[in-house]
Amino acid sequence: MGQSSVGPIIVRRLLWLPVLLMLISLTVFLFGTYGPGDPVLVRLGNKANPEAVERVREELGLNRPLHEQYLNYLGKVLQGDFGESYKYPGVAVTDLIASRLFVSLQLGVMTTLIVFAIGIPLGVITAALQGRAWDRIIVSLALIPESIPVFVLIPIVYFIFVRQLRWFPASGWDGIFSLNAILPLFVLSLGGVASVLRQTRTNTLEVLHNDYVRTARAKGLPSRTILFRHVLRNSLLPLWTAVGFIIASLPAGSIIVEGLMGIPGIGELAWNAIFQRDYPVIMAITLLGATLYVIGNLIVDIGYPLIDPRIRY
Amino acid sequence: MTQTAEVTSVSSLQGKTSALVRGRSPAGEAWRRLTRKKLAMASLIYISAILVLGLLAPVLPIQSFSQQDLSNTRALPSWEHPLGTDDLGRDMLSRLIWGANTAFIVATVPLVVATALGVTIGLVAAWYRGWIDTLFMRFVDYLLAFPTLLLMIFLAATLKPAVVNFVREIGPAIGQPQLWRSGLVDYLAVLLILALVGWSGLARLVRGQALSLKEREFVEAAKAIGVPDRRILFLHILPNVMPLLIVLASMSMAGAIAAESTISFLGIGIVPPYPSWGSMIASTYGYLRTPYWWLLAEPLLIVTSLLYAFAYLGDGLADALNPQTR
Repeated sequence: MGQSSVGPIIVRRLLWLPVLLMLISLTVFLFGTYGPGDPVLVRLGNKANPEAVERVREELGLNRPLHEQYLNYLGKVLQGDFGESYKYPGVAVTDLIASRLFVSLQLGVMTTLIVFAIGIPLGVITAALQGRAWDRIIVSLALIPESIPVFVLIPIVYFIFVRQLRWFPASGWDGIFSLNAILPLFVLSLGGVASVLRQTRTNTLEVLHNDYVRTARAKGLPSRTILFRHVLRNSLLPLWTAVGFIIASLPAGSIIVEGLMGIPGIGELAWNAIFQRDYPVIMAITLLGATLYVIGNLIVDIGYPLIDPRIRY
Repeated sequence: MTQTAEVTSVSSLQGKTSALVRGRSPAGEAWRRLTRKKLAMASLIYISAILVLGLLAPVLPIQSFSQQDLSNTRALPSWEHPLGTDDLGRDMLSRLIWGANTAFIVATVPLVVATALGVTIGLVAAWYRGWIDTLFMRFVDYLLAFPTLLLMIFLAATLKPAVVNFVREIGPAIGQPQLWRSGLVDYLAVLLILALVGWSGLARLVRGQALSLKEREFVEAAKAIGVPDRRILFLHILPNVMPLLIVLASMSMAGAIAAESTISFLGIGIVPPYPSWGSMIASTYGYLRTPYWWLLAEPLLIVTSLLYAFAYLGDGLADALNPQTR
């Protein structure tokens, strides 16, 4: 309950952050080391001669002690060097990710805009119509993307919009403002729209029952003023937590969508790496995803007291 | 029981008040509220039907999940094969029912493990606070930080060889030296992954609930009269966490079925010929733009309908178990 909004809890979490990131990087490193598929054989193929195998093992530093390998790995990661791809020898993982960052970033930003632009109004509308037919229909439709995994949704969406209606091309990528981008954006934003809708609806219903809303009604304010000035400002505050989630899901949130729909982003890179056992790539994307999750959550926690003065740490 | 009987007989003198005097247990009350929700009840019946069918798969008069008939592949539905046959001539209906068997296993076994772990850790963390709470909750933070899909992929990659080795070691001892070649290892690995991934979120939610219950008067009263910690935790706090646990159980079952089918779709969960809806979808995915699209549609429909029913049930349960909304 200090005077400043950044209290001791935040300080403690800032101190914990490097430890957590160390643990995460150690885990990722160990998974990469003990995962199946000898990285040397992935590089050279199964029929490589033993001498070549030994030479590459030496080159990759795979015969040194484990702690040395980890420290070496960590040092390089801190400099933004995630090693070379096993599948494309000589190509730095960092370059692979960088070359695909723009597409994923575009998709991420667009998805976020769509999620809020559609989720919030629908949430408010359903709250206003609570219990009526439209409310029930929209809320039950919102359960679909929240419960069904994307790899099931995608073929269904394809069947309807590509095979039967022939509205969209099957797959491929032609920039964010093309016909190809519509289906991926649709699938990517469905889940988010549903959860923002549900959150907004619940929050709005809660706020509507507050005394200050009753007061505003009693003094005869027009309902539009009540909605925008009194209700929305408070019911949208909890959506701030969604920001952390969105930041975290940028690198790893769309692996299946990008993989199945042929979008040349980070997700597709991960998708291919999974099937090709390209561990440096999987390790880098996992590490990025986990780091962004941790940092995203920290930003949410630090930002909360700034946007909602009632919350103090 | 005798007391209730007495009260009933006394109040029967006054006529209709007996039910009122006897009262209903909170669980009975919640059940009554749930039965009034038609869609939630329909979902419950549908889910039970599919899962019971899956449970009974080994004793039902259906074909084996791996019995092929290469002279009769991709056959349209007929009397013999009500849902047709797949690209290896295996009966689709049988395979879907065997898939429900897999779904039943992945929905129940990890749930028990994850719930036991999550509840114990959540309750202990909330009750004792201090370093033990910090330790557990930081560990949960750490687990939840990983992107779930990638975490499962890593776990599959590391656990599968370990499970294979384990089964290979103990195989001869239990008189089954070839066991490690069977699908059992896939199931063990998947169950382990789901249990490991499942408990952390649950522990965090149980802890939150227990923290607020801890401050309530009935706990204080129990403490004041000297009830031991373990008794308070399991007899006073745990029953009050039950409503949350029931809702979470329904969500975790759906989550486990979705997660298993996702990793099996990616080829790292249950691997063919062992039956999984996820791997059935993967092997027929290429038929999407062919006349054989219905081979893909069948597993898609069953996954979609089952998970949607779970979502409806979860919603209904949350309403029925939350007395504030009455």
